[in-house]
Amino acid sequence: MVGKKFTIGWLLRGIFLWFIVFVMIFPLFHMVAVSISETTAVMSGKISFIPKGVNFDVYAKILADPSIYNAYFNTIVYTVVGVAIALFVLTTGAYALSKKRCPFGKQLNILVLITMFFSGGMIPGFLAINWLGMYNTIWAIVLPTAFTAYNMIIMRSFFAAYPAEIEESGRLDGLTDIGVLWYLVLPTSTAVLATIGLFVAVSQWNSFQAPLLYLQDSSKYPLQIILRQIVMQSITESQGTMGESAKGTQFAEDAIKYGTILVSIVPIIAVYPFLQKYFVKGVMIGSVKG
Amino acid sequence: MSKTVPNAVAPVEALPELHKQNKFMKKLIDGKYLLLLVIPTVICLALFYYLPMYGLVISFMDYKPFKGIAGSNFVGFKHFINFFEYKYFWRLIRNTTIISFYSLIFGFPLPIIFSLILNEVQGMRFKKLVQTVSYMPHFYSTVVVVGLFSMFLDPTSGLITHFFNSIGIAKTDWLLDQNCFRTIYIVSELWQQTGWGAIVYLAALTNVDPQLYEAAYVDGAGKMRCVWSITLPSIAPTMITMLLLRMGTLFSVGFERAFLFQKPTTLETSEIISTYVYKKGMMSTGGYSYGSAVGLFNSLISLAMLVVSNYVANKVSDTSLW
Repeated sequence: MVGKKFTIGWLLRGIFLWFIVFVMIFPLFHMVAVSISETTAVMSGKISFIPKGVNFDVYAKILADPSIYNAYFNTIVYTVVGVAIALFVLTTGAYALSKKRCPFGKQLNILVLITMFFSGGMIPGFLAINWLGMYNTIWAIVLPTAFTAYNMIIMRSFFAAYPAEIEESGRLDGLTDIGVLWYLVLPTSTAVLATIGLFVAVSQWNSFQAPLLYLQDSSKYPLQIILRQIVMQSITESQGTMGESAKGTQFAEDAIKYGTILVSIVPIIAVYPFLQKYFVKGVMIGSVKG
Repeated sequence: MSKTVPNAVAPVEALPELHKQNKFMKKLIDGKYLLLLVIPTVICLALFYYLPMYGLVISFMDYKPFKGIAGSNFVGFKHFINFFEYKYFWRLIRNTTIISFYSLIFGFPLPIIFSLILNEVQGMRFKKLVQTVSYMPHFYSTVVVVGLFSMFLDPTSGLITHFFNSIGIAKTDWLLDQNCFRTIYIVSELWQQTGWGAIVYLAALTNVDPQLYEAAYVDGAGKMRCVWSITLPSIAPTMITMLLLRMGTLFSVGFERAFLFQKPTTLETSEIISTYVYKKGMMSTGGYSYGSAVGLFNSLISLAMLVVSNYVANKVSDTSLW
């Protein structure tokens, strides 16, 4: 635009946006700072976002807690299996439904669309899992979320844009539709596979409601359930009448809670550059009507 | 085809029917591998979407798990009537609508305002920084976000509590106060989703023709005038689509956030339909049918809202979700 640089508007904008940056990033820095500072500094409760000293005791404690690493392992299994199944169901389905030649394609597409606007809800969903004998198994976590209309529509519109001539020539050379999908279409679809794979991975990693409803054994709990137990269920309900020593203990407990939260979001932060890149792309494709 | 039957020996009316059948068989044979590919999708749809929808019939029954659907008695609208006569019925409706209403009136315009401000930034690196940082909370789980807010609002060690204490507000029971629940709920949601919500608008803004601004500038239009007369109309279709999407979810307040923030002392404002369904259906014995009925009531209202808002948008601006 034709603006000059140093105006009041420019200043206000700068202040506002820096404020946003601060508000968004502060909790992360604070958590890191508290969880790696010296215990005495933590217990004084005076740490903002610069760590005082370095001390990894908190992480040693977290990693020594069998319920945490068991839950961590479960979450990794649920995420990997969930992504594999979801990609299988979504690519096959989306490819077939992107073709006008697909028998019952029109009807199936309508059935898919309906699921975006209406569902059985929590209780019938839970009963269905029971009827299928999946209660308290990994399948209750990875299967119901494998197919979602939103992800399928994104993939379908991607496949629909694939040049028909190439597929046609593949078919003339004797490939079946499955062969065309496997040998021709999929090798050029890594971007959309990565996008959808990440979508599913993040939602599986963060999933809380499904395990809350469908899992019973604590040995099968994923990270989010354990995280809630550690972080939320001991929030002090008393009204700040504690002595200084009790306060100190609480700050020390806080360090553990922050450490646990951090451990749970490290994978997210690690893949964040990819997340950002592919998710933005995915949102763009998704916002174009399928 | 009709050419091969010169003499009308067979009844003529049967021919198109035959033709149609042939065409169907041909399509089936031609697409048999596609049909094979679509099987996993059909299974998923059937088991995890349509089986639960079928399961909704228990809303009209006294469902007993050991008897199954076939063995349970039909009771008509008993559970719905019980729900309407439930003494906190209006409290549930009020809480659900107020939270979603607040969520709409703050959650809808804020990403737009944010994207408009961000769009004015010239430095690409600063813009990128703001985007990167503000998208991030979108990827945190609800448990993490609620956990963070809970810790920051903790009576003894919470940073926000300390901040308010230092400016003279000596309040410590934020999480337990029923008057604060909605604010905390909405603020945590805005913190998590505003940056992310701005993406679609930022994309729409890059498509606005810069020449329009230059022309307006030459004609003496100020910045606000430009935003009002050029920018906003350009992103109006995106705004309407996003508004529609939100209207459809207006009555289905997410379960997780409310459930996780809920405390026994805040039920007056924090008990919403989905948390009530959870309590009645999952946490008390024999509540499946009742919980299912309440859930069905909720889904039907959501659906009605979506249809109405889509109809309105269609009339007003030719934008539609389907």
